[in-house]
Amino acid sequence: MLFGKAKILRSHGWQYIPNLDAVTLTEEFRGFPLLTATEDSADIEHAAAICPTGAITTKPLTLDLGKCLFCGECQKCAPKNIRFTNEHRLAATRREDLIVEVGQTAPKFDTTAIRPEIAKYFGKALQLREVSAGGDCSVEMELNATGNVNFDFGRYGVGFTASPRHADGLVLTGPISQNMAEALDICYNSIAEPKILVVCGSEAVSGGLYADSPAVDRSFLDKYHVDLWLPGAPTHPLCFIDGITRLRKKHKR
Amino acid sequence: MKLYHITNNNAKAVAIADIPVVEYVALYNDLKERMTDSRYHVAHYFATEIERGLKFYLIILDDTTGEVLITSFIPDYYAEGLASLTALHPQFHPFEREMNELYGIPFDSHPWLKPLRFPYDRRDKESTMDSYPFYTIDGDELHEVNVGPIHAGIIEPGAFRFICDGEQVLHLEIALGYQHRGVESEMLRNDNRLRHTLIAESTAGDTAVGHATAYAELTEKLANADIGDDLKRERMIAIELERIAMHLADTGALATDIGFQLYQVACEALRTVVINTTQAWCGNRFGKSLIRPMGTNHPLTEEKIALIRKNIADVRRRYNEVREDILEAPTLLARFEQCGLVPKSEMERIGGVGQAARASGLRRDIRATHPSGFYAEELKHEPILKHDGDVMSRLATRMDEVLQSADYIESTLAAYKPAGSIPAPDYKAKFQGDALAFSLIEGWRGEICHVALTDSEGRITKYKIKDPSVHNWLGLAIAVRSEGISDFPINNKSFNLSYCGHDL
Ligand code: SF4
Repeated sequence: MLFGKAKILRSHGWQYIPNLDAVTLTEEFRGFPLLTATEDSADIEHAAAICPTGAITTKPLTLDLGKCLFCGECQKCAPKNIRFTNEHRLAATRREDLIVEVGQTAPKFDTTAIRPEIAKYFGKALQLREVSAGGDCSVEMELNATGNVNFDFGRYGVGFTASPRHADGLVLTGPISQNMAEALDICYNSIAEPKILVVCGSEAVSGGLYADSPAVDRSFLDKYHVDLWLPGAPTHPLCFIDGITRLRKKHKR
Repeated sequence: MKLYHITNNNAKAVAIADIPVVEYVALYNDLKERMTDSRYHVAHYFATEIERGLKFYLIILDDTTGEVLITSFIPDYYAEGLASLTALHPQFHPFEREMNELYGIPFDSHPWLKPLRFPYDRRDKESTMDSYPFYTIDGDELHEVNVGPIHAGIIEPGAFRFICDGEQVLHLEIALGYQHRGVESEMLRNDNRLRHTLIAESTAGDTAVGHATAYAELTEKLANADIGDDLKRERMIAIELERIAMHLADTGALATDIGFQLYQVACEALRTVVINTTQAWCGNRFGKSLIRPMGTNHPLTEEKIALIRKNIADVRRRYNEVREDILEAPTLLARFEQCGLVPKSEMERIGGVGQAARASGLRRDIRATHPSGFYAEELKHEPILKHDGDVMSRLATRMDEVLQSADYIESTLAAYKPAGSIPAPDYKAKFQGDALAFSLIEGWRGEICHVALTDSEGRITKYKIKDPSVHNWLGLAIAVRSEGISDFPINNKSFNLSYCGHDL
């Protein structure tokens, strides 16, 4: 029996990623897109038409990461105009910064939009309460993964807590189903000030595929200040980790 | 009179004209007897609005012959109600509850027509999440424990109400609907089939591959398309990778709930290998973007095949070490064995499916009973059955299935030389008009069933999705009866059912 456990331990080896900021994801991963304008706009019009969430505008060409589900189909339609890179650091402090423009080479992360008290109060420890409001479970699983043996975000004092009373902020996932709207509001208001609000996943950022669904009620986001916007379907754990790290001004690079 | 149109999961779409429109009384009388035989269970049952009233469609699966029985009926517009099938066979309960909630149909002598999921288009807007009619028992010795909708961990919302006598659970009722996003009606918003595919993927994000495959196979039936062996093979690989990843996640989650950290961390790391393999294949850890109608944007290459084979062989070896140790761990077995029993007879009554049903000895596995694609042609799948119906059996089923799926992937890929012949997806193919198409896929939780109806132009006018969780939530409620309330978490993890897949 002990032998069995020793075997598991030996096979398990060393799992945690020493430097979370140094990771480059596989080439296949679709992260930050590079946009190029061309004379001929037929391809890009085709891409905009097929985009399931209307994330693309053609004149001028833009791509809204907050709406994008990273399906990659627009790149197939308009390879000259849209090319996804494997850059996973997609966080933004302002919603409008998620709209990518032609020629932009990196995501915009405006540090001036960060409230100064965030680093002051949450620089050492940050405990978050997650609320799924129509989330499809993939974003939720990725948030769980941020604390697992590979990513181990807990080593920087960031974790998830059960009670909103113990939390320093709320992480919202899902397009906000009507049936969860009230519970979400109650949960947010149960968290003591000062607190942060993180919106995680493209479905939460924009409503995604359910933006126009009558079963969704997004008024919560009109009421409260959002500190961090994280695109993705789902948001990659490293995107979450990078965003939170920079929000706390713990970023090394 | 002919009661059913008989088809199977490999046939093309069915012309609506070929589906008998029967008298409800005749159908009721037939089902009364028929459904006592566990070879049959209901795969889907729904109503759709027609010019004057409602038309009902019922799909029954015969696990012995692989036949799919489809029928329909149109009750008299002025009819008072329909005799409840749930009263005879509890497996009908979610379907009758749904139709009652949407259209106000009073199913006579139904035990209790509770709301199913509080959809936005429910008939009674006064009925809200907050007014869910929980069952109560009076008694000085009893107390109630209310959990949710927000739970302690990072999981989806649902409300659980326990009635307990001391530590012992007498009754658990699960109220769902918090996750309702309007999936089925969003399917009809426009005819952008890329969008439909993504909606299918998001139906239950942990089953993105399963639901997307169900959508793809359904549309291929409507388009009367044959997709070729290589694509079928690659879809099988994708589904089995998803199964492995989620069974690993649940092995780890079960270990977490009894504080067994070694297995937890080992499984977390192993799941990471599997989902990173999927990411290296298609760019997404959950396999989103991998399954598309008629083709794929991510055909396997020699390199990717080699990577999958290497990683899966490694995971299989390391997971087997965990599995062997679990089978000898007395502290774990003491918690899991004889806990949360759902006998086979109960599974049959509630229409249980998938891995949970197999853990109770009920042979429900679409890959064997109603195979399509690669499962129908190449792979002769034999379901893994356990017989105790307890938490340990549900874990043991998962553990054996991981090894089995890994073997399928290895043997299939070892013999696979991709010919580069898989086409790009096709989102425009013409659909058969006035037809009903369904698809059945064995996802990692169990039987996924999608059904669509088309109009004379071939446009989809109705889209219904059934996640296996719809059948199995009641199984969880039954499992915890008479158990200590502290055993709820391990029972919950042993089923790991979908909230969004249920609430749609
Ligand atoms: S990758 Fe994003 S922008 Fe492109 S089609 Fe898909 S959802 Fe739209």
